[in-house]
Amino acid sequence: MATTVVTDAPASDPVRRARRTTVRRTAGVGWAMLAPAAVLMIVFLIIPILLTFGLAFTNARLISPVPAKFIGIDNFVRLFGSATFWKSLLNTVIFAIVIVPVQSGLALVLALLVNAKVRGTNFFRTVYFLPVVTSMVVVSMLWMFMYQQNGLINALLGRLGIVGPDWLGDSRTALFALIVMSAWQAMGFHMVIWLSGLQTIPGELYEAASLDGASTWQQFAHVTWPGLLQTRTFILITITIAAFSLFTQVNVMTQGGPLDSTSTVVFQAVRTGFQQQQTGYASSISLVFFVIVLAVSLVQRYLTRDKELKR
Amino acid sequence: MTAPLDASAKGVVHAAGEKRRPWLPWAVQALRIALCLVFGLPLLFMIVSSFKPDTQIFGDLGSASAFLPVGSLSLDNYQGVFERVPFARFLINSVIISVVTVGLGIVVNSMAAFALSRLKFPGQKLVLGVILATLIVPFETMALPLLWWVNQLPYFDGSIGWLDTYEVQIIPFVANAFSIYLFYQYFDSIPKELDEAATVDGASWFRIYRSIVMPLAGPAIATVAILTFLPAWNSYLWPLMVTQSESIRPAMVGIDYFKQMNVSWGQIMAYASIITVPVLVLFVAFQRAFINSIASSGVKG
Repeated sequence: MATTVVTDAPASDPVRRARRTTVRRTAGVGWAMLAPAAVLMIVFLIIPILLTFGLAFTNARLISPVPAKFIGIDNFVRLFGSATFWKSLLNTVIFAIVIVPVQSGLALVLALLVNAKVRGTNFFRTVYFLPVVTSMVVVSMLWMFMYQQNGLINALLGRLGIVGPDWLGDSRTALFALIVMSAWQAMGFHMVIWLSGLQTIPGELYEAASLDGASTWQQFAHVTWPGLLQTRTFILITITIAAFSLFTQVNVMTQGGPLDSTSTVVFQAVRTGFQQQQTGYASSISLVFFVIVLAVSLVQRYLTRDKELKR
Repeated sequence: MTAPLDASAKGVVHAAGEKRRPWLPWAVQALRIALCLVFGLPLLFMIVSSFKPDTQIFGDLGSASAFLPVGSLSLDNYQGVFERVPFARFLINSVIISVVTVGLGIVVNSMAAFALSRLKFPGQKLVLGVILATLIVPFETMALPLLWWVNQLPYFDGSIGWLDTYEVQIIPFVANAFSIYLFYQYFDSIPKELDEAATVDGASWFRIYRSIVMPLAGPAIATVAILTFLPAWNSYLWPLMVTQSESIRPAMVGIDYFKQMNVSWGQIMAYASIITVPVLVLFVAFQRAFINSIASSGVKG
């Protein structure tokens, strides 16, 4: 900086030359700085994604002296003929269909409750967020105990004179139990996302609305809800993807049981690809999973974009 | 805490509604407190139980003492945890893995973001586009192919396969599309005139990155550190598949031991508390930074 100030017109030539050489050198430097991340992403992200597509059509095994062989669509034939797979897919879809509206809706309620600028909201916000920073493994262990036949929840229900079921041991309640616990863990996360969306809505809109005599509900329906369009899309997509990725809770708490009632797509992929070492077959499950996630995201994006155009 | 303060609440309770329903602010506050119990009590129960013998944990269940540090409290469960499994080793492993992942991640991703944001070179737009496109792929979809793949990769000592190492738990998670994106956004907000001035002074691009841009990027570094630390510390599926020896196993996977051996819930709660409480303390201490990081992850949609 000092040089440009001291030397004025006469220095313009060397400066320009310096700039030209920098531009020429820029590409080299750019790629060099990009290289570590680029190499790592190619090796540990792009290639594995492509491998999902490739391995799904082979009989690759995790540890095997024989190289993998191309077997066409055999894996998919076996997959679509498997009752366990359909059951797992159904469980995953039920889990997603229930948890997406429940979790996002309740998270919005939480956000509205702590959006007020009053003393104490920071405390509430912090407490609601605590489960998010707790690992899912810990949460699963904790809730496993709470859900036991003689555990915390049934003890509390017992005080009210209700005899609670064996939540995780009964195929009718196990998936429901996982849904409640998963929503409990992740709700604070989406509360924060909703909050950041709420804070982008200008306060004047609310002032104008209440001057016009709009009720609380009308303000919500005509100011808050339309203002949250982008946040909504984001939250729907992230919850849906997280719901389809359901694994940790199942592995820690139920191992897919009882009677496959909590088995999920990812749980099946891990069971076949890791425990049974059938990488090819597991890849075909992963591929189906990948296609579903992609389709869901695209559909949700399309639906919300459509609404945006209409307005 | 008080009704008049609540009246100013934007978007929840409004002056108009309040005149008609004076009880509403109180109801809202009661709801807030009830929800506090819903989210806080299970964690309180976990921590309190970790100090109680199993018989007392079950004995306290039906009453409020389940959530209170009463009765015969001791550190026996904690002692038991360290005796039953190589817990100190697990903890050190978790610390090594998450700290190294965060550290390398900050360097590698910020450099890439710097190149994408500050330098002009052909192919830049395409690279950024590919990076953003990968954000939609959940790790779980490629975990199994990745497992097969790391087992075929040549390791640093010339042998084949990365399984059962620290590296396999760290290196695949260093480069992160979302971290690059966060840094990229932040760097774009730092005035480019700073670079130009420094270039004229003869500073190299790397120098500009290290001495000008990075020192200004504190908030972005904090966000990336938090958003990489949490999944690294909490990661479960991947270490479950790639670790066999106890010497490199992280604490999250180690908790599985307690389900296999004759179950002591007190010890499980102690184990769970040790791996949770430090993170909770960090969170409460740096609450604003945590919340802001999560909020900033919402911008990607």
